[in-house]
Amino acid sequence: MPGDRVRTSRSDPPHHTRVPRYVRGAVGTVVEAHGSYPLPDDLVRGLPSEPQPVYTVRFPARALFGQGDHAVTVDVWESHLHPVEDRRKGNP
Amino acid sequence: MSADHHGPAAHLAARVRHVESLLERRGLIDAKELDQALATFLARASPANGARLVARAWLDERFRTRLLADANAALPELALSMGGGLQEQRLKVVENTERAHHVIVCTLCSCYPVALLGPSPTWYKSESYRSRVVREPRAVLREFGLVLDPAVEITVWDASAESRYMVLPRRPAGTDGLDEQALAALVTRNGLIGVAAV
Repeated sequence: MPGDRVRTSRSDPPHHTRVPRYVRGAVGTVVEAHGSYPLPDDLVRGLPSEPQPVYTVRFPARALFGQGDHAVTVDVWESHLHPVEDRRKGNP
Repeated sequence: MSADHHGPAAHLAARVRHVESLLERRGLIDAKELDQALATFLARASPANGARLVARAWLDERFRTRLLADANAALPELALSMGGGLQEQRLKVVENTERAHHVIVCTLCSCYPVALLGPSPTWYKSESYRSRVVREPRAVLREFGLVLDPAVEITVWDASAESRYMVLPRRPAGTDGLDEQALAALVTRNGLIGVAAV
């Protein structure tokens, strides 16, 4: 899984979500897995939540903000990530 | 971004207080015991812990490798842990090098490795730091007095889930003769967050 390209969920739910707004819909590369944890988005609404894998995903600043020469890593639950098959399709 | 003391966080704090009082009323916990447990945890939580880890990593190459590969497994070697709370938190240590600089933030709230760094500084929880450091880390670091060579690649680690991060700063030049304790004394809280060189 490290090295895989993924796109974060674009959803903008009315409730708490652990996908920071600035990475929504962005394409990044998986750095590593952290283990599995219940999804806070569900827990805060009192919904049952099975543990699911959490991954560190690395984004080039340019993909997030349109500028910058740095990178940002964000830890994202699996259900908020979608595989990006084709590099060309991956450009946001 | 949610602020620390408004909205869901304030609501959650109220719920925690309510649950706490119910547990006390039913004799399941003792308020004094709880206060004592918190006080004990906070008394041990200090940036001196992070500094000890850094000094050991500077002196012991194999420890450094273990710390970077699996920090939680390496911590007990210095009688430290990421426990203290209800469950042990995963720790990831990121290493600064000549070419790469790391800085940590929690854009959603204020996640921080309290056990190793003590309570977080106010600016770490400020909306200004949280929103700006991910967008323009070079400018933010400059405001902290840290000017990096343009060739150094900056990575900002946003602790948005269950893991906590700590920076392993570069060992300063001219410190060859120093022992572990003297090296640890050089390490600052800001260095462990990544907004200072060491």
